[in-house]
Amino acid sequence: MNKIPNRQAICEVLMEKAKEDKDIVVLCSDSRGSASLAPFANEYPKQFVEVGIAEQNLVSIAAGLAKCGKKPFAASPACFLSTRSYEQAKVDCAYSNTNVTLIGISGGISYGALGMSHHSAQDIAAMSAIPNMRVYLPSDRFQTAKLIEALLKDEKPAYIRVGRNPVEDVYTEESCPFEMDKATAITEGTDAAIIACGEMVGPAVKAAELLKAEGINAAVVDMYCVKPLDKEAIVKAAGNARLVVTAEEHAPFGGLGSMVSQVVARECPRKVVNLALPDAPVITGTSREVFDYYGLNADGIAKTIKENL
Amino acid sequence: MQNLKALSYDLRKNVIDMIVEGKGGHIGGDMSVMDILVELYFEQMNISPENMDDPDRDRFVMSKGHSVEALYAVLAAKGFFPIEQVIKEFSKFGSKFIGHPNNKLPGIEMNSGSLGHGLPVCVGMALAGKMDERDYRVYTVMGDGELAEGSVWEGVMAAHQYKLDNLCAVVDRNRLQISGCTEDVMAHDSQEERWSSFGWHVISINGNDYKELKAAFDEAKTVKGAPTVIIANTVKGCGSSIMENKAGWHHKVPNAEEYAQIMKDLEAGKEAALHE
Ligand SMILES: Cc1ncc(C[n+]2csc(CCOP(=O)(O)OP(=O)(O)O)c2C)c(N)n1
Ligand SMILES: [Mg+2]
Repeated sequence: MNKIPNRQAICEVLMEKAKEDKDIVVLCSDSRGSASLAPFANEYPKQFVEVGIAEQNLVSIAAGLAKCGKKPFAASPACFLSTRSYEQAKVDCAYSNTNVTLIGISGGISYGALGMSHHSAQDIAAMSAIPNMRVYLPSDRFQTAKLIEALLKDEKPAYIRVGRNPVEDVYTEESCPFEMDKATAITEGTDAAIIACGEMVGPAVKAAELLKAEGINAAVVDMYCVKPLDKEAIVKAAGNARLVVTAEEHAPFGGLGSMVSQVVARECPRKVVNLALPDAPVITGTSREVFDYYGLNADGIAKTIKENL
Repeated sequence: MQNLKALSYDLRKNVIDMIVEGKGGHIGGDMSVMDILVELYFEQMNISPENMDDPDRDRFVMSKGHSVEALYAVLAAKGFFPIEQVIKEFSKFGSKFIGHPNNKLPGIEMNSGSLGHGLPVCVGMALAGKMDERDYRVYTVMGDGELAEGSVWEGVMAAHQYKLDNLCAVVDRNRLQISGCTEDVMAHDSQEERWSSFGWHVISINGNDYKELKAAFDEAKTVKGAPTVIIANTVKGCGSSIMENKAGWHHKVPNAEEYAQIMKDLEAGKEAALHE
């Protein structure tokens, strides 16, 4: 079982790249520990900016740094980054088109028992609705690393969401196919297409395995690039299947499910079922308990497909 | 009169049990803020299970919501819910006792957890009191790291603008936050000068001392035409030598050995308080 959370994979890439690239700057808001970025802060104190518990300041300072040639990565819990500093993300990053990478850590319901103040089940919807903001939810540590490397190569704003806990590997060190802004088709299938992002990709792959044993073929698409959404990949997977199921750690509105539904309705109409968190504060528990309760796991995805085929 | 200091040690023990049972909690800030909460709930505010719907009750908002375990212990001691239930259910699957204040529970007015909301909310509560000519008072407790949030200072300005002398803010000045000393993370000194330059009445005290706490809250009640802030200089982890003034105990679950030591220290603190 993998013990490296995606946030740590981010730190490892940034530390490696910062050896050569002195313009990489990491910013934290009393969040370096929870972001796994303390090693970066210790190793590169001159490329690290601590702003204290001030997420609005965090994002605006990052934008100012970017405007003057730096490559800032601002990391804070996704719940605060995507709400408290939403306007800074909209105006200073997206609207002014600054090269800021926002890293939302402990995203979704990672902080299970801490209550709704600490959940970010609205971040995909919020961030995606901003013109010029890109939104990424990588599925495992290998993909996370490739994504950070790719983001270092362009100069546009982006929001990344990762969870707190290590997630089981979807890919391997040797085999992690990655093309920027192109979804990864993990398996193909003609009965159903499962389109998932972030921590739901692992369970989607397992669900496809469960279904295969019962003679049902499900395609699995890892839509880590929620925005810009890979429409071609959706049309390809959905077009081959009778049913589309989306799975995401997000509110039922405005997330991956809504976006996939829009594409399928227009391009290749067929039934789409969205698996997501409820439109309510989620039940108290660890993220595993919460996922299980709402059927956001391999069994839940497989069951949904069987019920709807 | 009840020995509040002795009580505070028992409540600290409740907090430790909650955190061990629930496998998580903001232990250091719970310990530093405990005396402030005990003084407020047992000596200052007219809040009890009987008057929760009384429009004239005092209002309290736990702005540093992560110290909810301390609040649970105090509310339980006030009779809002049984402490045994809190300890058993804290943070568990399906529990109402989550890791931040939630107003589905009796005794809690406002949900918190995101820092920097409490003071502006209290400005609204205090303004409503003025509008309705009620004489309830409004209290909030903030962390010192929390003061880096700009929203705090927006509330500070508004409270001065509207001369909210029915509002009393407390800063749990334990000089630590998650990443270390507040002065290294984002410097705050001098708190006294900052608040008074914004037009607030400032009282600076040892926030783990009941005589000073009582005198400060009593003084705040006499101030006219300006809000009061109490800079409560406290010790993070107060009550056990292994936790005191150590940033690492911001959020930590004691192991068996640490648990035994902490409980022993708290019991010794209680004994000393009983014989003071
Ligand atoms: C807006 C916001 N940002 C970040 C956090 C995460 N967080 C929880 S506690 C804490 C440190 C608080 O330090 P301080 O205010 O000094 O509290 P205390 O020392 O009393 O525990 C942080 C950053 C939060 N709860 N809310
Ligand atoms: Mg503090």
